[in-house]
Amino acid sequence: MSEQGQRIEVVTDQDVVRVRQLVRTLAVAVKLSLVDQTKIVTAASELARNTLVYGGGGWVEATSVDNGRRKGIRIVFADQGPGIADLDLAFTDGYTTGGGLGLGLSGARRLVDEFDIVTAVGEGTTITVTKWCR
Amino acid sequence: MTLSADEAARFAALVDEHQEALVTAWTERVASTLRGRLSHAELQRQNGELRRGFQQALAGSAQDLAAEPAAELRAQLAELSSTRARQGFSATETAVSIFAFKDAVLNAFDGVNVRDYVAFSSFVDEAALFTFDSYVRVREELIADQAEQLLELSTPVVKLWEGVVAVPLVGTLDSARAQVVMERLLQTLVDTGSPYAIIDITGVPAVDTQVAQHILKTVVAARLMGADCIISGIRPQIAQTIVALGIEFGDIATKSSLADALRYVLAKAGQNKQSKQSKRREP
Amino acid sequence: MERVPVLKIGDILLVSIQIDMEDQVALQLQEDLADRIVATGCHGVVIDISALDIVDSFVGRTLATIAAISKVLDADTVVVGMRPAVAITLVELGLSLPGIRTALNVELGMELLARERADYDDEEEDADGEDGAETPAVFTS
Repeated sequence: MSEQGQRIEVVTDQDVVRVRQLVRTLAVAVKLSLVDQTKIVTAASELARNTLVYGGGGWVEATSVDNGRRKGIRIVFADQGPGIADLDLAFTDGYTTGGGLGLGLSGARRLVDEFDIVTAVGEGTTITVTKWCR
Repeated sequence: MTLSADEAARFAALVDEHQEALVTAWTERVASTLRGRLSHAELQRQNGELRRGFQQALAGSAQDLAAEPAAELRAQLAELSSTRARQGFSATETAVSIFAFKDAVLNAFDGVNVRDYVAFSSFVDEAALFTFDSYVRVREELIADQAEQLLELSTPVVKLWEGVVAVPLVGTLDSARAQVVMERLLQTLVDTGSPYAIIDITGVPAVDTQVAQHILKTVVAARLMGADCIISGIRPQIAQTIVALGIEFGDIATKSSLADALRYVLAKAGQNKQSKQSKRREP
Repeated sequence: MERVPVLKIGDILLVSIQIDMEDQVALQLQEDLADRIVATGCHGVVIDISALDIVDSFVGRTLATIAAISKVLDADTVVVGMRPAVAITLVELGLSLPGIRTALNVELGMELLARERADYDDEEEDADGEDGAETPAVFTS
């Protein structure tokens, strides 16, 4: 069960800020604890920047979800970029191809409850993350 | 089976007509199940109000409990379950209080038409089930409240000295509690502007990898904020487990007692404060 | 584009980040600070992040870079006011901000800077006393 999500096209730096603000608003609305709000907004910021920097832009869609027992927030990050050739490598702390700290993917995965990634070389990457209220 | 409009009206009239006898009979039955834990007068009053609720719902020709005219009755039933749950009555005792209304009705008027009675009976059943549901909900809230209170009780953060706070941890640390301790400690550091924190684990019976991880994360988070954590009260067995589990405490200061930890912190704080003067005084 | 103001207080530059920075703003701050350190000759930088409700790896990296640049320009950097939730998240994220000194609030941050400066000055004085040499010339633009 979920409500209509809100989509943001991610093309510039400012869009990453807008993604953070949207996720923050939703996280407050579903009553995530302060620490969990901070975690999901940070994860969204990392992943939205990945969409922009590595995926060459794309879109982010955030939705509040309810599985009957708990409420939560689900965010999809999608791009039509080059995709990721070696997932294991991409999830290694400190590995980067873009001059970052290499904590984006692996770090973001530690900040959320559910993390799902679909990628193919040349076809882009779609990442879906979910954070549930405790 | 739902009540038809005229069945409801007939029962409303009956319940109204025989109110005194009905409430008395009902109270007798309930009193016997509760074995004197609520006073007779109290029960009489409660049942009187409930009877009025039933009567109004029926008079408004409520076909079932979800119907609009039964709103008042639902509120009464919820209230009843809530007080009973808080007074420590069981769910059965609460529901039986409502079921007893059927017996009272059957006893009070002979010669009720069977069809009518069955319809009426299922209406009362719904009401009793409703109390059961509300009862469970209230108990769940109670348990959640108590769990939260317990968390608050068990994690006091105390100010030991100017600029030094301490958390004496007592009991088993699970993930949820560790999280609360961590957040509370860090927030206290900010609120009091204390650059030193002592985590005392004298009262923690065992330290496993998970607990150690939580303590380590707290220490690292405090460092990121600009505060130093010292762990004190490490008992011999715990020291052995920590080493056996291969947990690295790295450069985190550990002391065997809270007193040692405080002495260490004060010395360190004093050193910082006086470093300038003492250096100048040295030849 | 918004800009983060850099204030000079005595021998210290104070930066209080009050907005949700986009990446360009963070990079701009990095440049502005380097310019101001050189222009003012300040030896300390206090960056107040108490208004930030998140610090992601980009902001973390920018802070580390600022600290490193300041060091090269002979100024110490202290990051102050990190919120508990932010610190917990950074630990989980795996970002330990190496090379960055931190303090709980602006006041403690300024004390920390003053203390380090004092220690440093003392060492220089001691050195001067021993060999009686002139204070070496400082390279500034």
